Amino acid sequence: MAKRKLKEHHIQREWCKGCGICVAFCPKNVLEMDSSDKAVAVRLEDCIACEMCALRCPDLAIRVVVEKC
Amino acid sequence: MAVKDYLRERFFPHMWCPGCGHGTVLNGLIRAVEKLGMSKNEIVMVSGIGCSSRISGYVDFHTLHTLHGRALAFATGIKLSKPELNVIVPMGDGDALAIGGNHFIHAARRNIAMTALVMNNRIYGMTGGQYSPLSGYGTVATTAPFSNIDQGFDVVKLASAAGATFVARTTVYHVHEVSDLIQQAVLHDGFSVVEVLSQCPTYFGRHNRLGGPVEMLQWFKDQTTRIGSKAAAENPELIQRGIFVQEDRPEYCTEYDKVIDKAMAAVKG
Repeated sequence: MAKRKLKEHHIQREWCKGCGICVAFCPKNVLEMDSSDKAVAVRLEDCIACEMCALRCPDLAIRVVVEKC
Repeated sequence: MAVKDYLRERFFPHMWCPGCGHGTVLNGLIRAVEKLGMSKNEIVMVSGIGCSSRISGYVDFHTLHTLHGRALAFATGIKLSKPELNVIVPMGDGDALAIGGNHFIHAARRNIAMTALVMNNRIYGMTGGQYSPLSGYGTVATTAPFSNIDQGFDVVKLASAAGATFVARTTVYHVHEVSDLIQQAVLHDGFSVVEVLSQCPTYFGRHNRLGGPVEMLQWFKDQTTRIGSKAAAENPELIQRGIFVQEDRPEYCTEYDKVIDKAMAAVKG
């Protein structure tokens, strides 16, 4: 299988309702909640582009663009 | 196409509560349609009433938002008149099995090709947390403050016994399974039922002290297992996930076409 590499990680803040699912289940602990209870990707260098945050987001607020190399 | 291309973005952010599992079902459904490579015009989504049924407003397919429990009846009309369309019917647990229980078993008995997506959060969320036929014995709801004495249905057993030819179950924690099972269900030529266990943190979670959305998802992870797994043999209390029924039986629209052919032949003499 081709190795997956993160190209872009977008969080649409207006759609995020701050449930914290992405933060809790990220296998690499990339995301955190900010002071206004919205998800932010703070450690993008650790991201393995598994897309679980985007898939589990109930608000459809996360988009992960993957580069296949 | 990207996920957003399948959405009616003007209605976002959606009306579901923070952490509601129904958004994750929508997410999985769109990814399934994307993988199937279907055009938006090939799909009709028919829903009834309830939190879950609001899903049809958010997708950019042909959509109908119909009567409480009667989505399958409307869907049957659509499928019979235009069998080439793929019909997906998302329903809540109460919509599918209480108000629409009769439509559900008879659509399954007829084996009409459509996908019933039962988004089971075990409660009536929209009206304030009343217990549903899926809440189960011992749970607490607004209308059962001293605990519910009704036994719950098992969607998989009910659908299988009623004659559905594709029956599967998963949870919103297992997102890859959600989109994979929906894909298989849509491709199945017959009545397909996919039960997705979903969380209602606002009512079911709070009444039953299950924590927030994260804890409820963790519960789905801990309390379910794949069909026939070692864990299932060791702990029969675990809820099993996967495909329970997948069989071929004559499909309703195909059979109906045969009747039309016979009748036309008789008229022509």
